[in-house]
Amino acid sequence: MSNRRALPLAHKMRRRAALPSGLRHAAPLLVCVLLTLRLASAQAGGELRFCLHSEPKTFDPLKVEDDASVSIRYLTGGVLVRMNRKTQMMEPELAQSWKVSKDGRQITFKLRGGVSFSDGTPFSAEDVAYTVRQLMDPALHSPTGDAFRSGVGNVEIKTSSPTEISITFPTPVAGLDRLFDQVAILSAHSSKKEMAVLGPFVVADYKAGSTVLLKRNPNYWKTDAHGQRLPYLDSIQLDIQPNRDVEILRFKRGEIQLINTLDSEYFDKLAASSPQVVHDAGPSLDSEQMWFNQVAKAPLPAYKKTWFRSTAFRRAVSQAINRADLSRVVFRGHAQPAAGPVSPANKFWFNANLTPTAYSPETALKSLQAEGFRLENATLKDVNGNDVIFSVITNSGSKARERMATMIQEDLQKIGIRVNVVTLDFPSLIERMTQTFDYEAILLGLTNVGLDPNEEMNVWLSSSENHQWNPQEKTPETPWEAEIDQLMQVQASSADPKKRKEAFDRVQQIVVEQEPFIYLVNKNALSAVANSLHGASPVILAPQTYWNVEWVSVK
Amino acid sequence: MNFWRTVACAVLLLVVGVSLAANWLAPAGYAKQYREATDAAPSRQHWLGTDEIGRDRFARVLYGTRISLLLAPAAALLSTLLAAMIGGLAGYLGGIWTRAAMAVTDLFLSLPWLFLLITVRAFMPLNVPPMISVLVTFGMLGLLGWTSAARVLCTTAGSLRGSEFVQQARASGIHGARLFWVHVLPNLKPVLYAQFWISIPVFILSEANLGILGLGVAEPMPSWGSLLKELEGLVSVGEEPWKFVPLILLVVVVTSFQFVLSKQEEVAA
Repeated sequence: MSNRRALPLAHKMRRRAALPSGLRHAAPLLVCVLLTLRLASAQAGGELRFCLHSEPKTFDPLKVEDDASVSIRYLTGGVLVRMNRKTQMMEPELAQSWKVSKDGRQITFKLRGGVSFSDGTPFSAEDVAYTVRQLMDPALHSPTGDAFRSGVGNVEIKTSSPTEISITFPTPVAGLDRLFDQVAILSAHSSKKEMAVLGPFVVADYKAGSTVLLKRNPNYWKTDAHGQRLPYLDSIQLDIQPNRDVEILRFKRGEIQLINTLDSEYFDKLAASSPQVVHDAGPSLDSEQMWFNQVAKAPLPAYKKTWFRSTAFRRAVSQAINRADLSRVVFRGHAQPAAGPVSPANKFWFNANLTPTAYSPETALKSLQAEGFRLENATLKDVNGNDVIFSVITNSGSKARERMATMIQEDLQKIGIRVNVVTLDFPSLIERMTQTFDYEAILLGLTNVGLDPNEEMNVWLSSSENHQWNPQEKTPETPWEAEIDQLMQVQASSADPKKRKEAFDRVQQIVVEQEPFIYLVNKNALSAVANSLHGASPVILAPQTYWNVEWVSVK
Repeated sequence: MNFWRTVACAVLLLVVGVSLAANWLAPAGYAKQYREATDAAPSRQHWLGTDEIGRDRFARVLYGTRISLLLAPAAALLSTLLAAMIGGLAGYLGGIWTRAAMAVTDLFLSLPWLFLLITVRAFMPLNVPPMISVLVTFGMLGLLGWTSAARVLCTTAGSLRGSEFVQQARASGIHGARLFWVHVLPNLKPVLYAQFWISIPVFILSEANLGILGLGVAEPMPSWGSLLKELEGLVSVGEEPWKFVPLILLVVVVTSFQFVLSKQEEVAA
C-alpha cells in the first residue's frame, strides 16, 4: 500500500521540478484559484422549493401583513439595514452606515452607490425618500408604517446627496434602526412599481392557489468573498400548501427541501428516520400562556371576578401547574418552562433574573388557604362556600393546546380546583375574548416576531385593545398596571438602550409577580432542512431556515 | 343473511356488554395520566398503549365506546320522536300542514349542519362539566337530525291517510287524535323503527366528526370522535397500528348496525 501511494507523489515532484521558476511560485496560487472557481461553480445554480401555508395577500411590501407575504418580502425586498437572525445585531445592507440621533427622532443613512433595481433602474436616496413617504401615508394604512407612528406630526425627509438621507420623526421612535429591517425599498421611477426590487430574488410567476416562482435578481448588488454575484440559487419555488401533513410527506419524498417550522411530534418522527435533517435551534420567541378574565363588565358572577382579580389566586394557579411536564410531555422536550413575558431567545431584552415559577401544589394550596379558601372533600371552596370551578377555552384544532389544557385540568384537580376544558373555533373564541368578554380563562399562544418591547406597547398599555386580561381601561385599574404604563412610556420615549432595558426589566418583573398572563412554556424553534441544501443554518428568529438565503445553494 | 344478522347482533351485544363493564375491565380511569409513559406502545400494563399525555388507550376505548353507544341511540330516539311528531302528523293532516312541514324540513335540510352545530356550540354556556357536554352534544344531534326521517314519515302517513282502512275507520265515526293514535301510528311503527336504527350509526359518525374538529365531547371524557383524532397525524399512524383500534371498532359497529338494519327495512317494507 505504501508503495502505491508513494508513486504518484514522486511523479508530481518530478513535474514540479520541470516548471519554470516564475510559474513554480504561481502554481499554488493557480491551484487555489482553480479550487475556488470549482467550489463557486458547485455552489451556483439550482432551485430551492418549500411551502407557504397560505396564499400571499399582496406583493406590495408596504402593505404586507400575512405570513406568506412577509416571506416573499423577505426574499425579494432590499432593505437599508438588516438584523442578523443569528447574532441579533443590525448589519448594513443598502445603507453602508447609519446613525440615530440622541433624541431618537432622526436617523441618517449613508447609502451604497452603484446599486440598481431588478429592472435596471438606479437606486438612490430619492427611492428611500419615496418609500418612506409612501410608508407614512395615512391613506395607505401600511402595517409596517404603523410601527413608526410614535406621535402626531409630519415626517421630515432630507436628501443631502444621492447617497445620503436623513429622516426625522415628530417624536422619538424606540429601536428606530431595527424597524427598517422590515422596510423594503421601492423604486421612485420604475414603471414596474413594487415588482422592481433590490432583494436577491424577483417574483417571476404567480399561480393563485398553487405556486409563486422567484427568480434570481440579475442586478443584486451582493457578491461573495470571491467576487461571485449572489444569490447562489437560480430560483425558489414556493408551493402554497396549507396542510402540514402533506408538507411533511412532500419533504420526506424530497419534493421540498425546507420546513420552516415543525411541531414537536413531526420533529421526532422525522428525527427517528433522518436525524441529520431536523434542527432544534432552542427556545424561540413564541410562548404559550393562560390568563383569567379581569374585565369589570364581564358577564361573570361577582365571586369569580373576585378570584380572577386576586393576585394570590392567580399565583396559586400558576404554582400548581407543572410546566416541566408540559414541556416534556406536550412538546416532547422541545420547549422550556417560561420564565416570563420575554423568551430567553431574545438575548438583549430577556430579564435574566427571572426564573420559571416553581411547581408546588402544596405552596399553592397554603397560599389559597391564607386567602380564605378551604379544601373540603377534595374540592376547593372560597370564603363564601362556592366551589372553585372555572372553564379554560382554547382554539379547536390545536392539539398541543388541548393537551396542555387537559394536563392543567389534572394539575389543578390536585388542589381541588375543577377545570372545564372548552375548545371553540377561533372566530368564536376571539369574539368572546374581544367583544363579549364572556369567558373565564383562555389558553393561547403568542407569536412574537419582533424583539423590541416597543412592538408590544399594544399589549402592555392598560388603555390598549390587546391588553387581553382587561382591555381598554380608561385609567389603570390597579397600581401595578399604572406602573407598567409608566415604565412602557419611559422605554418608548428613550433612545438610551440601558435606560430602556432597566424599564422593561421592571415590567417583566411586575408581570411575573402579578401574573396577569400565566406564562407556561417557550416552544423551541424546530425546522427541517434537506441534506441537499448547502449553507442553510436554522436559527430561532423568522425566517428560521432561509434567513441567509443568498448563501444557500443546492448540492 | 340471517347468519350475518345474528353475528351482527352478537357483535353489538358484545361491544355494548364490554363497554358497560369498563369499570371492572379497564386497568385505570379514562382520565388518569401516566406522564412518565406517554405515547407508549402496547404492553402488559397498557394493552393498547397510552396516548400523547399518558392515558391508557384501552380504558379510553372502553369508556368512549360506552358513551358513543349509549348516547347515539338516545339521540336517535329523540330525532325519531321529533320526526314522528312533525312528519307523521303533517302527513296525516295533509294539505297546508304537509306543505308547511315539508317547507320547514327543506329549510333544515338546506342548512349546513356542521356549521350550525359549531354555531350552536359557540353560543352554549362554557362552564359545563364534561358529562353535560356529552349530553348536550348528543342532544344537539338529536334536535337537528330529524329532517330526513320526517320526510319519510310524512310520505308514509300521507299514503296511510288515503288508505281503505283509515277511510273505513272514518266512516265508523273515528276522527282526530284517536284515529291517528289507534290506526295511523301503529302502521307507522315499522318505519319509525327503521328510522331509529338508521339514525344510530349516523349520529355515531356525526359525533366522531365533531370530535375530530374538537367540538364534541369535552376533555377528559373520551368518545369515539376524540379517540379518532389521534389518526390525524398521517405520517405516524402507519408505524403505530394499535391507534387504529377505535376506527376498526367504529367500522365494525356501524357495519353491524347495517346488518341489523336490513332486517328492520324488510319489516318496514
